[in-house]
Amino acid sequence: MYIIIIGGGKVGFYLAKALLNEGHEILVVEKDAGRTEFICNELGSVCIRGDGCEVSVLTEVGTGRANMFIAVTGDDEDNLVACQVAKHKFNVPQTIARISNPKNETIFKKLGIDVTISSTNIILEYIEQEVPTHPLTHLLAIRDRGLEIVEVKVPPNSPTIGKMIKELSLPPGSILSLIIRRQEKPQVPTAETILQAGDQIIAVTSPEAEEALRTVLRGL
Amino acid sequence: MKVVIMGCSRVGARLAGLLDIEGHSVTILDIDAYSFRRLPPDFAGTALVGDGIDEESLKKAGIEQADAFVALTQGDNRNIMAAQIAKHIFNVPKVVCRIYDPLRRELFNSLGIDALSPTTTFAQMLKDKIEG
Repeated sequence: MYIIIIGGGKVGFYLAKALLNEGHEILVVEKDAGRTEFICNELGSVCIRGDGCEVSVLTEVGTGRANMFIAVTGDDEDNLVACQVAKHKFNVPQTIARISNPKNETIFKKLGIDVTISSTNIILEYIEQEVPTHPLTHLLAIRDRGLEIVEVKVPPNSPTIGKMIKELSLPPGSILSLIIRRQEKPQVPTAETILQAGDQIIAVTSPEAEEALRTVLRGL
Repeated sequence: MKVVIMGCSRVGARLAGLLDIEGHSVTILDIDAYSFRRLPPDFAGTALVGDGIDEESLKKAGIEQADAFVALTQGDNRNIMAAQIAKHIFNVPKVVCRIYDPLRRELFNSLGIDALSPTTTFAQMLKDKIEG
């Protein structure tokens, strides 16, 4: 696959390295001369200096035949414009933009970017998982279906302890798929499964029902 | 008419002043309060510190009621992003932005963004001046 990466910072560099190892054809476009030289020294001639939002630069690097276009500079607006140029001028089938401000996720989607990766959100999620009282952790988003997989812990004081799953009024579209209990094998819950304090519940839900699901399971 | 201007550059400040004199309701946004020194002393509109590519700042500036939005920061991409947010998210009826890079302007014009390129216009004016 021919993949163009805009931005040769830390993310761009390590991404290029990983994709090269997988055998893809990679080209990095980087504004800074020193950084360009560094990448070429480290990875071979896979980096050219230029503005990844400029049509002339993108023509030069053969964007028209790229299978994938990934913009990972530190500036959201630059990533947006680069992807839009790739999409509308060169018809690149898949465009991916890194975003720093999580609020831009919906905006970028509306403006036609295929995939957005919010580095801030990802880091936040990982840190939140380590906070013991954190009520709900996002594990995976299944974007094209509008679903997500989340983890909810049943706190020691929850009124749901001792109740059977069928007694809970789960929001429509939410399914409890796995219960992980200390000193036990993970189990697929049935309607008769009784919840215990400290249960880790892996559930499939929609972003809209997430809040309701959390309330039902934690009783707060 | 209610107009929101992003970027209190010389052009932004001057445009704000012109619209203000004609009685339009003007809100001008800039990330640096120091830029507001460029506004005319009798400017009766609102000057607001905020980022024009941030939805919250735009809402504070009254983008939801705005009849027109103008993006005039020094960054082409910031202007393009702000203009698209105003047009596609907030449905502002009239959106104009500045794009210095003529090729980028051409592309985004074809994507429905009304953009002016001072580079093209000014180069042409200079040429006419020299030849005339």
